[in-house]
Amino acid sequence: MLKLSLGPILWFWSRQTVFDFYANAAEWPVDTIYLGEVVCSRRRELKPDDWLDLALDLKACGKNVVLSTLTLIESEADLRRLRRFCEQDEFLVEANDQSALQVAIRNRIPFVTGPSMNIYNTATLKILAGQGLKEWSLPVELGKETLEQLIRELQQEELDLPAEVFSWGFLPLAWSSRCFTARHYNLPKDNCEFRCLQHPDGMELRSRESQELFRINGISTLSGSRYDLMRELPDMERMGVSTVRLSPEHQGMEEVVRRFDQVRRGEVPASDPLQLVEAPPCNGYWYGKPGMDLIPT
Amino acid sequence: MELVCPAGSLPALKAAVENGANAVYFGFRDSTNARQFAGLNFNEKRAAEGVDYAHSHGARVFCAINTYPQPDGWEQWKGAVDRAARLGVDAIILADMGLLDYAANRYPNIPRHLSVQGSATSHEALSFYKDNFDIRRAVLPRVLSLDQVRGVAKHSPVELEVFAFGSLCIMAEGRCYLSSYLTDESPNTRGACSPAKAVRWQETPQGLESRLNDVLIDRYGQGESAGYPTLCKGRFEVEGHVYHAIEEPVSLNTLDLLPELQALGISAVKIEGRQRSPSYIADVARTWRHALDELEAGHDGFTVEPQWQQTLAGLSEGGLTTLGAYHRKWK
Repeated sequence: MLKLSLGPILWFWSRQTVFDFYANAAEWPVDTIYLGEVVCSRRRELKPDDWLDLALDLKACGKNVVLSTLTLIESEADLRRLRRFCEQDEFLVEANDQSALQVAIRNRIPFVTGPSMNIYNTATLKILAGQGLKEWSLPVELGKETLEQLIRELQQEELDLPAEVFSWGFLPLAWSSRCFTARHYNLPKDNCEFRCLQHPDGMELRSRESQELFRINGISTLSGSRYDLMRELPDMERMGVSTVRLSPEHQGMEEVVRRFDQVRRGEVPASDPLQLVEAPPCNGYWYGKPGMDLIPT
Repeated sequence: MELVCPAGSLPALKAAVENGANAVYFGFRDSTNARQFAGLNFNEKRAAEGVDYAHSHGARVFCAINTYPQPDGWEQWKGAVDRAARLGVDAIILADMGLLDYAANRYPNIPRHLSVQGSATSHEALSFYKDNFDIRRAVLPRVLSLDQVRGVAKHSPVELEVFAFGSLCIMAEGRCYLSSYLTDESPNTRGACSPAKAVRWQETPQGLESRLNDVLIDRYGQGESAGYPTLCKGRFEVEGHVYHAIEEPVSLNTLDLLPELQALGISAVKIEGRQRSPSYIADVARTWRHALDELEAGHDGFTVEPQWQQTLAGLSEGGLTTLGAYHRKWK
């Protein structure tokens, strides 16, 4: 059966919101939970040790916990926090850039890779497999056809590298040195007043024709439509996908998790729509089309 | 410091070399490089002419094969590395780990440069590429501030090349998927950002509109100069305000920073713009050559001549330049 994972929280939530979220998530039918700040080095409601404590709690609840690293590493301070996650061997680390790969490999700790790690071919997977890679995520812009080929080639190479697919949520599409939330408020990034806390789902960026294009979230830009591959679960299982990643949202997440769980168990047809907060759905990337497209299935 | 200039065509390559480039970089006429434009780049024969020309004039040649091959494209991309090797280039600029591995094993004697598309923003990331693929040089992303470049340079295990002038990417390069979200092509997959095939211009009663795969990127009033609809440089609406919500259409210009870059031990400055005309390349190369020569001469300190800035401003998007992330306030 497909495994379900809860990706790292991409938004900036208060400390209490994060603890409450995971207290609930401990009861949800997810197999794996990714913990850690992956977007902005200024988001420190939880310190590395807080994340580690949370990891122990969730592990005690039977969850497989993975510690996620910052996607855009820019300073020595960023590296210090990264090393803190790589100085333990109780949990797997999700490497989200080559800095994390280097530190994990040097410390000989097993790791997985997140969707922002550029893995486009089998040669890349083979290199990382030799260095401790345990599971990998398909980059968000790649689709079903490429994934099928990669899984087939891995089988031919007799490499056991389970694949994870980002399957529900706003797609993380870009990271910058500049902060778009701070820019919106005319604040310098270094003195941003942590305005992201006011936007637990990010800020909608629309075209001048009111088309929802992107979501601004600090230094990151996400898709304006919500990626939803629920209908593809049977296909993913047939292809040999290991894990389906759901990206946390601050409302309605339990309903999302329960529905995906029912679908993976075959209790509910995959085609039953899941209505949540207003945001158009998309699935284009999966079909090799523009990511924002919605291909009827 | 070495002056590295773009060559989108043989005339541009010659213009760069004639006007003082120490090295030129080019790509093949397909998706294997990050500037895939119709009518641009080199077939093998033209590339051979370019390599001959540059070498006979004392300039080096780098070949950019800096997009990410998927299983379908693996043989084609590998073939591009083989072609670059046959041409006798002085370095291959690569981003994909699989391809770096192939080049390192198959052609260990041809230096490998990590492309900006490899997205290495720390000395640990550079060490990863050095340890695994023995890269000689890395091009740093344009997202780092000067302080951060200083931090990277201090512990860097490889030579560093930084962007000096040209279009400005404000997203961490190599990990920006905005273009494939709106169109079906991205820098990583097809070597294209906001591809021309998806662009549409339209005169409307509200003004001139630029669209990318039908998405309205910008609308220009009378007297406003219209720019290419690179999707991150459009005007959008956030909470009722319409503005350049991501970035203004400006160019990067780091002329003012040359002494600091030299002091940091930066090996090369890179000019962006393989899509630009030979005359543009000639003007930019000549200006930077003057500046670098003044810097090397070292007498009376280094001052940026107004003439240089004027020339460069005239060649920039919207006539505006910025120090980009190098300058902390910009953030």
